[in-house]
Amino acid sequence: MVEWQVATVKRVLVETPRVKSFGLDVPDFGRFRAGQHVDIRLTAPDGYQAQRSYSIASAPEGADELQITVELIEDGEVSPYFHDVVREGDQFELRGPIGGPFTWTVNQGGPLLLVGGGSGVVPLMSMLRRRAAREGEPVEAALLYSSRSLDEVIYRDELERMAGEDQRFDLSLTLTREQPPGWSGGARRVDMQMLDGVIDRLGEPGMSYVCGPTGFVESVASLLVDRGLAPETIRTERFGPTGT
Amino acid sequence: MNIPFDHYMCSRLLWRSAHTGGTEIVLSRGFFGNRRPEPTRPIPPGQYLEDGFPVLSAGPTPRVDLATWDMSIEADGETLGKWDWEQLQALPATDMHVDIHCVTKWSKQDTDWRGVTIDDLFESAGITEPPGDYVMAYSDGGYTTNLPTEDILDGKALIAYEYDGEPIEPGHGGPVRLFVPHLYFWKSAKWVRGLRFMEEDAPGFWEAYGYHMYGDPWKEQRYAGD
Repeated sequence: MVEWQVATVKRVLVETPRVKSFGLDVPDFGRFRAGQHVDIRLTAPDGYQAQRSYSIASAPEGADELQITVELIEDGEVSPYFHDVVREGDQFELRGPIGGPFTWTVNQGGPLLLVGGGSGVVPLMSMLRRRAAREGEPVEAALLYSSRSLDEVIYRDELERMAGEDQRFDLSLTLTREQPPGWSGGARRVDMQMLDGVIDRLGEPGMSYVCGPTGFVESVASLLVDRGLAPETIRTERFGPTGT
Repeated sequence: MNIPFDHYMCSRLLWRSAHTGGTEIVLSRGFFGNRRPEPTRPIPPGQYLEDGFPVLSAGPTPRVDLATWDMSIEADGETLGKWDWEQLQALPATDMHVDIHCVTKWSKQDTDWRGVTIDDLFESAGITEPPGDYVMAYSDGGYTTNLPTEDILDGKALIAYEYDGEPIEPGHGGPVRLFVPHLYFWKSAKWVRGLRFMEEDAPGFWEAYGYHMYGDPWKEQRYAGD
């Protein structure tokens, strides 16, 4: 039974011009696994309600708050509310954790391949934060993260710090629309050559997690199957509307 | 059918008071809703209208070769009927024009599907009585989902191969998906390869992860215990 609870906003973090994170106080939130999501429910004065799902960004252990990260969808109903209205002290209803196959626990081992597109990096960040918080030597891990521009890279400082401090974590950014002068990272959509490079450094992944818009996930998961990875080791989560 | 908006709101509020057990409703400061586009008829509680067609799958889209594709009806370890692609196409086609509702909150109205009813599959296989009270649909890629048999009979479900007049795209479950629109859409198993009838209910893929065993969107049966 997943009961509705009241979440209180402890802090609001501006991640990028279009993305904010919300640190939440949820008194009775149970144990969760990295990769899971919550449902949130907003209620208007006339009784109208709207629900949406958001991936958990924080790690299951070692975090003093539950964090969700919300990308602004201009013609959306819930994300503009989060971006324009929600401030510290606000309350809304939340329930979770929800979700099964798209989860990673430290005892699943590695190497761990994470491929994210846009705000698809959010559940992958929960996995990386979980991995970083473990005692002893963490499993080999790689994140290949596709974003439109450097400004839109979510958690950039934390990811770069993680990569700088941890020899066993490989971070690759690719910017599909706009690259800053002197950019040495990827400058196109994720393709086989890019995946080959990441996997050559990482080793054959024990598990792969791919999250992003539908077209991105279809394309990356298909490339991983083409590369010979067993389909049952590839977990996907797709979000957002598609044109079809 | 055109239900006035006040009736629609009223049914929502009634639903809510019946389901919150008298607990206090938390109003969201500054939230008034942005109900666009307005539904042409009511949608289930907690759902919003979606113009696009989002995709929910737990793994890579399986690669299906129609030349070797087939689907079966089974019970007690026996195959009661089996159809290859051409045989399925040769069975009577049925069209459904309905709304669909995904547990991830989107609903899509006025969708068109074509396929073969389970009733027509039964007739083709000479099955006169349902071979069990429950059924497990199983798919390429290992996906499964469970349903009561009565929910897929009497024209309530299709083995669907066309969406909106075109072959169903692989990402949306093509070439063939189960289609049971009165339940949340995870029950409409993508890439379906067979129906295994059983006497007792048993959880399928999402159900084993805590999703509801039945999944009626109008009762908002998203997760176990809802």
